[in-house]
Amino acid sequence: MTALAWLVPAALALGGLALAAFLWSLGNAQYDDLDGAGWRALDDVPPPADQPETPS
Amino acid sequence: MAHALTADGEVVIAAPVPLKPHFVTTTLAVETMHCGNCLRTVETALAAVPGVQSARVNLSARRVAILSESATTSPEKFVAALASRGFKASILAPQVLAPVVDRGADLLRRLGVAGFAAANIMLLSVSVWSGHGGDMTASQQSVFHWLSALIALPAVAYAGQPFFASARQALSAGRLNMDVPISLGVTLATAMSLFQTLRGSEQVYFDAAVTLLFFLLLGRVLDQNVRVRAASAAENLLGRRTVTATRISPDGSWGSIAIIDITPGMKLQIAAGEQIPVDGCLLAATASLDDSIVTGESAPRFAVAGDVVHAGTIALSGPFHIEAAAAAADSLISEIARLMQTAEQARGRYVRLADRAAQVYAPAVHILGALTFVGWMLAGAGWESALTAAIAVLIITCPCALALAVPVVQVVATARLFRDGIVLKESDALERLAEVDTVVLDKTGTLTLGRPELCAAAEISDAIVSRAAGLALGSRHPYALAVVREAERRRIMPLPLADVRECAGAGLEATHDGRTLRLGSSAFCRVQHETDVGVSLWFVDGDTAPMVLHVSDVLRSDAAAVVATLSRDGYAVELLSGDAGPSVASAAHAAGIRRWSAQQRPEQKIERIHALAGAGHKVLMVGDGLNDAPALAAGHAAVSPSSAADISQMAADAVFQGERLKPVITCLRVAKAARRRALENFAIAIGYNALFVPLAMAGRVTPLIAAIAMSVSSIAVTLNALRLARMTTDVAP
Repeated sequence: MTALAWLVPAALALGGLALAAFLWSLGNAQYDDLDGAGWRALDDVPPPADQPETPS
Repeated sequence: MAHALTADGEVVIAAPVPLKPHFVTTTLAVETMHCGNCLRTVETALAAVPGVQSARVNLSARRVAILSESATTSPEKFVAALASRGFKASILAPQVLAPVVDRGADLLRRLGVAGFAAANIMLLSVSVWSGHGGDMTASQQSVFHWLSALIALPAVAYAGQPFFASARQALSAGRLNMDVPISLGVTLATAMSLFQTLRGSEQVYFDAAVTLLFFLLLGRVLDQNVRVRAASAAENLLGRRTVTATRISPDGSWGSIAIIDITPGMKLQIAAGEQIPVDGCLLAATASLDDSIVTGESAPRFAVAGDVVHAGTIALSGPFHIEAAAAAADSLISEIARLMQTAEQARGRYVRLADRAAQVYAPAVHILGALTFVGWMLAGAGWESALTAAIAVLIITCPCALALAVPVVQVVATARLFRDGIVLKESDALERLAEVDTVVLDKTGTLTLGRPELCAAAEISDAIVSRAAGLALGSRHPYALAVVREAERRRIMPLPLADVRECAGAGLEATHDGRTLRLGSSAFCRVQHETDVGVSLWFVDGDTAPMVLHVSDVLRSDAAAVVATLSRDGYAVELLSGDAGPSVASAAHAAGIRRWSAQQRPEQKIERIHALAGAGHKVLMVGDGLNDAPALAAGHAAVSPSSAADISQMAADAVFQGERLKPVITCLRVAKAARRRALENFAIAIGYNALFVPLAMAGRVTPLIAAIAMSVSSIAVTLNALRLARMTTDVAP
């Protein structure tokens, strides 16, 4: 039973990690265009290098 | 009912948001993007426009966001760049987009937190349950319970917000909605579990409370998705109206002017294929106009100087000038918009199925809980065990499956319709479509394709089609386009002709091998004795006898089959058209519709629909013209083809693509099946209550039973809804 002392925190930490990853991906607009993302994965054309990031 | 010639560049409303002094983001709606290829074409076409920093397509929303220098670019340039690649784009006012999307992301975040909490608490709970008979000591159990509490309390406080807020709102307005029993159930379950944890008891419901929230949020997220999809479809349409026109100033200079700024007396230039923005009178000597969108009349109108031209009419010849006779707000198109608004009010009163269920369910649940408490008190149990039993009843009846019952069905049904090219614009459209018992069809553009085609074309030889098409290439007149389409269908090259002259209102002429070729009216082709009464086009080659080419607005290929299937499915079918009697009669006969009326003005169409509604019928209006828009708004439900006038598409609940009428049947069948599934889901949810509520009232529900009951009913409801996805909707031959 002493194993529980670290197993339970480990389980919670892993779960928490997944939650953090989910929240990050949500905040990072990963779910905004599910259809387009599927097609972009198949696109062989490399993104143009001279295209600058969104100015902020 | 647009002709192909009006397909491009229909738009323009500009409201770019300044991002930095010299950078702006413009959002365009591009409804015709379907795949990765379209995505790349659109992005590269826009990136090639000078001044564009980046263009990013959102394929799910059918939109593209363009970041560009404000000084050197304009939204109109982007629309034109896309039009040259064959994409119809429209500019969206950006401020409307944000709130809906934010709400969806917010719900997803709460769903994520609830999911994390539910999984971890379940892990702890299962250990406790399986440890009951074994070697788990009371202190270990207590530690697990405290851990659960530690996860559950913040999770419930955060993830439960949407329900608590909505319940508070309902209560302060003196109403009961589904969120009241939900909030009560979740809060009481959490509070009681905390109390039991403090006392060191075995009965802890943290898992039930959080799992409940998880499933409930799932329902909310699905419901939100349907709404967002519907709302964005509607917005994409809204952006598509013509909002600028070309004005010719008294000094002769040209300029672009917003339609709302047009005042009577202004001189406007109308290009061929453009929609006339306001009522006015014709300044040019002659013009050929397509009135069908306004009146439903399918034959093109030939106007001479001084004639009145209505807003919404499409110019077939051009460019020509008109003088505005009314401001935009006083034009026919606005009159129709006003008729629509009044007609639409009735539909706003519709109460959704889930809300109707809540009105019965919420009080019933609270009465059951109260009865349990009173019953146990009367039976002599202490107030504490009486309260425990009452809370157990509220937890069990927490309408988890009920809250999922409708949203899951809607999501599956919407996706099913989307697969067939049908876009739902209203989130309650499915429920209203399911109640329909009468289908009212418009003729031009709905029952028919809305564009003239050569009929009995088999009698005409390929050589003649080739020559006629060579002439026809020089015009955008719908009859000329019909000849070109016939050539395409036969895979014949139109004869290359040097200089084709168009004589406005008469026909086309060219010289070939020293002979004069003519395509046009009977007078233009010098027909001696006209034998045909119907609409026809003549072709003459040199001195040979003129040939007649019959032109008519043909029925959609499956119109008759669809009408037959509708009648067999028990719907009354009616035809209401603004077109002239004989052509309506022949279309009705060909499609097998027995009840029809011709020359119906918009008010008369509304009257007819109100009369049907007054007789207890629920009417589905299917139409496309501007003159149908008020009738579409007046119907219990409305469907229009994607070629319809924008204002009609806005009034419709669903818009379908393609040249077939079958989507009308698909809509009705899927809607009916969806309602059946939703009702079945209610039955499942209520059946599960009937099973477990007596147990709860008897005070015999353990946390394990609550958890199993909750999950099983939610999963059963979801699986039942998924059956819709496999549904087929074949039309009888």
